[in-house]
Amino acid sequence: MASIKTKQRAPLFLVSPSVLLLLLWMIIPLSMTIYFSTIRYNLLYPDDNGFIGLENFAFFIDDPGFFPGMLNTGLLVGSTLLITTVLGVLISVLVNRPFWGRSIVRIMLISPFFIMPTVNALVWKNLLLHPVSGVFAAVWTFFGAEPIDWLTQYPLLSIIMIVSWQWLPFAILILMTALQSLDQEQQEAARLDGASSFAIFRYLTLPHLSRPIAVVIMIETIFLLSIFAEIFTTTGGGPGYETTNLAYLIYTQALLQFDVGLASAGGLIAVLLANVAAFFLVRIVGKNMTDA
Amino acid sequence: MFSIKNREQIDTIIIGTLSWLVTLLIFFPILWMFLTSFKTEIDAFATPPSLFFTPTLENYALINERSDYFHFAWNSVVTAVGSTIIGMMIAVPAAYSMAFYESKRTKSTLLWMLSTKMLPPVGVLVPIYLLFKDFGLLDTKTGLTIIFTLINLPIMVWMAYTYFKEIPKEILEAGRMDGANVFQEIFKILLPMSKGGLAATVLLSLIFSWNEAFWSLNLTAFNAAPLSALVASYSSPEGLFWAKLSAVSTLACAPILIFGWLCQKQLVRGLSFGAVK
Repeated sequence: MASIKTKQRAPLFLVSPSVLLLLLWMIIPLSMTIYFSTIRYNLLYPDDNGFIGLENFAFFIDDPGFFPGMLNTGLLVGSTLLITTVLGVLISVLVNRPFWGRSIVRIMLISPFFIMPTVNALVWKNLLLHPVSGVFAAVWTFFGAEPIDWLTQYPLLSIIMIVSWQWLPFAILILMTALQSLDQEQQEAARLDGASSFAIFRYLTLPHLSRPIAVVIMIETIFLLSIFAEIFTTTGGGPGYETTNLAYLIYTQALLQFDVGLASAGGLIAVLLANVAAFFLVRIVGKNMTDA
Repeated sequence: MFSIKNREQIDTIIIGTLSWLVTLLIFFPILWMFLTSFKTEIDAFATPPSLFFTPTLENYALINERSDYFHFAWNSVVTAVGSTIIGMMIAVPAAYSMAFYESKRTKSTLLWMLSTKMLPPVGVLVPIYLLFKDFGLLDTKTGLTIIFTLINLPIMVWMAYTYFKEIPKEILEAGRMDGANVFQEIFKILLPMSKGGLAATVLLSLIFSWNEAFWSLNLTAFNAAPLSALVASYSSPEGLFWAKLSAVSTLACAPILIFGWLCQKQLVRGLSFGAVK
């Protein structure tokens, strides 16, 4: 009996380091953020630390960057999700049938996901989107059009392109794998019964992909809500606030303006937003995932 | 019969061609970066971009001179490998106990771990920055390694958990009957049986740490700055530097890209937290 008891107790000390660490990782900084958000705290005036209640939140919401920041975060996440899932489904269905060199195609398709965000952003900025020497400019000139200065004229669209290029492979990788477990015989039977390719896609393929698509949306949302490096290395949030998302706005307030109180209030708003998004996503997707 | 076969062949050709076109389009930026890294700066800046050029290795030779490449590469290696080893040491026991001693709380614990990934880094940037300052961890490899361990831990636990779940409990029980203790169980039975899955977990953690940019940019300056921060320092152009940028980028990405290619199949499960196999 005694030995069984010790064996049942064993897992607790095995699991507790990770739980404890993650708990500390969550609770200490978060409670500090909450505390900082209620006091006046600017690193330039370190002695002036009075309690000011919700004033920081009011200031953050009044900040000229707040509304654009929220809007840009939404646009960036929304458009990237739309682009990557739609193209991801189409491309993974396209490469699902055997053809020459398919395994090389697979490897090439998922490659951008392994490129570090700062490289990704700089390659796009300097080698592709550059108005003089970029490849896009060359293509535009070739067709007789005026080259576009992408990052100045369409800054947010450029960021969306850069981020989508990085995350499309993720969608493709997940969906491609999911498609391999699709019942081939069922498809064949449907084809023999005279179902059109579109009908097969709509009524067999798409339902089969619903869960993987949910997974893609959930995981991409987690990462896309806090896109930072791509903005940091290309536009620096500008021109004006045109490419400032919430993450970047908080960064500028904390580390460039040294206003810890204000940045903490912003951080909490970002946490709140992420939680609202995560709450629904976990409800929908998370349940499925642990049942797997 | 013949017509069906012919149609299928034509379909295959069309689909193959289309797939290759799409793929080349998506892969193009990487290819272009690679090609540009072998150009002279003059060729790299040429309009229209030059497709045919005499390749040169001078950019690679110059990288270390301009930016002390190996200093940054070493930081990347130390932080990525260090955080992965520490992370595995913490994650594997946790995954083991959750997979084989499942309780009512296991699922909610797993979901909670996943939810820590949803905490946006900016939300805790200020406190972490200040804590690091107080503990003297700013711009140190130790500090960055701690952060990488923490941000990858949930993924590592999840991934190891899904692989352990596939091992029949009976095998472990048989080992226990023969008198194996917990550590023998893990080291002698579990680890050898889930080698492939754990290797994928290690690779995923390496990839995420290697490519991480937010904390690297905000918590390091020079001493501990990894490659992603070095590349970011190229964001303000200094004259003609396209080719050098490409060379440094190619060097920074190559190891991880190759890792990724080698283990793409195993990565899917980890990346989807076990939901897609």
